[in-house]
Amino acid sequence: MNLTLKIWRQQNPSDKGGLKTYEVADISEDMSFLEMLDSLNEQLNEIGEEPVAFDHDCREGICGSCALMINGQAHGPEVTTTCQLHMRSFSDGQTITIEPWRADAFPVVKDLVTDRSAFDRIIQAGGYISANTGSAPEANSVPAPREKATRAFNVATCIGCGACVAACPNGSASLFLGAKITHLGELPQGQPERDSRVASMVAQHDAEGFGGCTNIGECTAACPKEIPLDVISQLNKDLRTAIRHGH
Amino acid sequence: MATATVTKKPRSTRSTIALKLLMAVTGLVFIGYVLLHMYGNLKAFGGQESFDAYAEHLRTIGEPLLPYSGLLWVIRVVLLVSLVLHVYAAYTLWARAGKARTTKYAVTKRVNSTWSSKTMRWGGTALLLFIVFHILHFTLRVVTPGGDSDSPYERLVGSFQIWWVAAIYLLAMAALAMHLRHGTWSAAQTLGLTNTASARRNANLAGYLLAVVIAGGYSLIPVFVLAGVIS
Repeated sequence: MNLTLKIWRQQNPSDKGGLKTYEVADISEDMSFLEMLDSLNEQLNEIGEEPVAFDHDCREGICGSCALMINGQAHGPEVTTTCQLHMRSFSDGQTITIEPWRADAFPVVKDLVTDRSAFDRIIQAGGYISANTGSAPEANSVPAPREKATRAFNVATCIGCGACVAACPNGSASLFLGAKITHLGELPQGQPERDSRVASMVAQHDAEGFGGCTNIGECTAACPKEIPLDVISQLNKDLRTAIRHGH
Repeated sequence: MATATVTKKPRSTRSTIALKLLMAVTGLVFIGYVLLHMYGNLKAFGGQESFDAYAEHLRTIGEPLLPYSGLLWVIRVVLLVSLVLHVYAAYTLWARAGKARTTKYAVTKRVNSTWSSKTMRWGGTALLLFIVFHILHFTLRVVTPGGDSDSPYERLVGSFQIWWVAAIYLLAMAALAMHLRHGTWSAAQTLGLTNTASARRNANLAGYLLAVVIAGGYSLIPVFVLAGVIS
């Protein structure tokens, strides 16, 4: 496959940046999207141009690092992470535009790399349970209803990649927030801190400069882990309850 | 990388979700009102006497406990307060969304947005302008394209016999249908009532149903006036 790539190049956070066009040839359709970028970078190394910086780590779809906006879609045209996206999803001669996540809460560090520590701070604000360390308690002493446990497990698959924010027309992180709130709120261990958790995490979300949710649903379509939109309903319900309890 | 969280936590009533809750609740007030308003309008099919008697009855309802037009003023105050809050929340969140992404994408591809969800903000602004026009037209009688008779029925028929007045009202009803479609679903989601797949489906269905019934019901009147059935 021969492709034309339009890639966002930006030297540093204060640089203005812009799209630059590259041609790549002989790309196998079995390559992953990141391998295709690796091959571009080898090419750039050979001609002495600085390689394109992009985030990646596990390359098996579980770490959430490979945040790329590909032709206007977070992680590209398939419901998966960029590292699990293969070149067979594209056609020979196609032009592919690659941009970083766009959200002021995710500032660009360099080229396609963004600083997503805003998510870490949201988790630090309340995305945990307080438990005594030491010997683990007997598992069966805290029964969790199967339905709730399943829902908690399904939404716990959120890898915090930020695709929801990238796809949201409002730059909201509500799907991420909702996934964390639902995950801990469905389990018995999450109950003692349920109100303070949602109040703190929403306050942090707003302080980071993310937008408000308009229930459009672009986030859930972009989510590589298919987190459903009902977690946002759960988030709203939990916050409403917390307000009623005086938060 | 610095990872400091906010130390002095703002109250949840100041959050973006609280603003959304405010929009949802005031939106429900509007849904209730437009349903009642539509019911009154349909009295036009009963003829001049039925329509004008209904309009007068709205002013005398509750007498002698309430003064003349008393209930009407209660409704007007509730609607005005709701409108101010709804619009305030909408424009605050709109501005916030603008600030959340100051650098735009070169390429965007929406895959899941309904048409109605994309038109909430400009469509809502259009509805706001329409409400101002509508009050100047039928309530305050400042703009009187169809004559300034003291009979509400004659003002109604006279106005809708003018094609461009009917067109403004029909366009506004199209905008209302769009706003209700996404607004009903969005309010249910914001109020936390859509936690299951079937609840989500029902909220979406309710949106379509209210959009068709309300906008359709209102539109019947200018259409039938233009067709000469109501005269």
